[in-house]
Amino acid sequence: MTSTMIRTRGLTRHFTVKRQTVEAVKGLDLSVAEGELVALLGPNGAGKSTTLRMLTTLLRPTSGTAEVAGHDVIRDPRGVRNRIGYIGQGNGAGHSQRARDELISQGRAYGMSVRAARSRAAELVASLDLEAVADRVVSTLSGGQRRRLDIAMGLIHAPELLFLDEPSTGLDPQNRANLAEHIRRLRAERGTTMVLTTHYLEEADQLAERVVVIDHGRIIADDTPARLKSAHAGDRIVLEFDHDDEARRAQARGLGIAEGAVAVREGNRLELRLDGGARLAPKLLRSFDEAHLPVASVEVARPTLDDVFLNLTGRSLREEGTGTADAEESAA
Amino acid sequence: MTTFVSDTTTVFSRELRPVLRDPFSVIFSMLQPLLFLALFAPLLPDTGGGSALQWFVPGIVVMSCLFGTSATGANLLFEIQTGSHERMLVSPLRRPALIVGRALKEIVPMLVQAAVIVLITLPFGFTLHVGGALLALVVLALFSVGLGSLSYTLALAARNKEWMFWAVQQTLLFPLLLLAGILLPIDNAPGWLRTASQLNPLTYVVDAVRVLFNGEVFSATVGYGVLAAFAVGAVGLGIGVRAMRRTTA
Repeated sequence: MTSTMIRTRGLTRHFTVKRQTVEAVKGLDLSVAEGELVALLGPNGAGKSTTLRMLTTLLRPTSGTAEVAGHDVIRDPRGVRNRIGYIGQGNGAGHSQRARDELISQGRAYGMSVRAARSRAAELVASLDLEAVADRVVSTLSGGQRRRLDIAMGLIHAPELLFLDEPSTGLDPQNRANLAEHIRRLRAERGTTMVLTTHYLEEADQLAERVVVIDHGRIIADDTPARLKSAHAGDRIVLEFDHDDEARRAQARGLGIAEGAVAVREGNRLELRLDGGARLAPKLLRSFDEAHLPVASVEVARPTLDDVFLNLTGRSLREEGTGTADAEESAA
Repeated sequence: MTTFVSDTTTVFSRELRPVLRDPFSVIFSMLQPLLFLALFAPLLPDTGGGSALQWFVPGIVVMSCLFGTSATGANLLFEIQTGSHERMLVSPLRRPALIVGRALKEIVPMLVQAAVIVLITLPFGFTLHVGGALLALVVLALFSVGLGSLSYTLALAARNKEWMFWAVQQTLLFPLLLLAGILLPIDNAPGWLRTASQLNPLTYVVDAVRVLFNGEVFSATVGYGVLAAFAVGAVGLGIGVRAMRRTTA
């Protein structure tokens, strides 16, 4: 049996920037069930952080409703705060404080006794490999150590629902893998419901069982990474020829064979997007050979979430968005 | 379960921890008042009613409190920038406790600084009237809670613009200081300056602290000072609590 952890209806947030209204989030309807691990994916300024800030009571919705962990974010924000954990983009622990002190005072903030907070802090320090630095001042910790401390801070009260805002931003690959490992373990051991925002495709792909793609404040897709890819992005076959002319003729011929494919040609380079690319590639090569169109190189690529995003919006996630990131910053 | 008091205690003791661990930070922030004491006090002529030191030292105690407490918002500003303030906003800590706990902590550095100033000046002939001085510290405690709260409010308002926090703080600091008659008496000032001084709540605090430090407890000056300090405390906290509530609205 699963119950709903998050339910939003028409969740909307406007910001006023230079006397203009910017709609950062537009009528979001989102449901997250207990135990899900959901990634909100979108370019900078897509509205994912604004969404997260509304769900964690940091920002009041302009309109619409959101029920988080059984409490309404507007009518009962403390009820929400009591039951959620939050790991923000910055450092949860104050830089002038000692790591362990911050963990204990965080526990006190959630109503734990000093003794309980102290033993829980020790437990987290051990499991997040912070023993060597727990009694040091936070500003002397490395970036990776601070991030692990942030995770410990977010988990002190063993929340049933955990929000992570761009958890891996600024981490090197090793620490990123380390973070992913902690997230997986938390799910496996406690079944914690998790919602994270990210603009790293790999992160969403590898971690989340469900990806909610957000663009311009709206949900444009919502499914498992595998299904998103098969529904919204085919395989890619990239062919190179010696001459532009050959590529042009190959384009016409290729479209005849691969029905419903999308072809993009740049000079001597031809890119075909289609379903079942791996199976079609040999057939294409044979056909080009018969037509005396010698293929110089070929590459078959499985789709990524970036292809999904490109397909849905016509833009690549890798190009940093121009959306409302500034608006969020200044008005949030 | 948590209460407003336990939340305030959590915030208060968290704020106090770095101060206790590194008490020299408190003394370091008194550098300017100490310079005034060393380089300005000797210039004051002895007036009829007692030594210049007896008049000047209580003012320096207030000045030190004013400098330290008005700058304390910078700590919050830093925590807004690094993210720990946000983390506390997501926690169930009551919004008023987030500012009341911080403001109450301002009392501690004020007490330490007052003690340091008194200890330094005693060998130079400053006479301490313990009872009055303790009452003066109560007045200053009220004042520093209010001023600290206003400084935190300024930090909340300036948010990511650190320069704005310091611009406003510095712009207000010196007029307040000069108009309160901390460095030189206002008595012989032109009428407009005296009027401005009378509008400055700090004037009444300084006057009260001065007479209290000199052992005079039962006087109208003390009454006005307590009233002014209480008003600053209440108004400061009121504004601060409102500002903290609005940050997540």
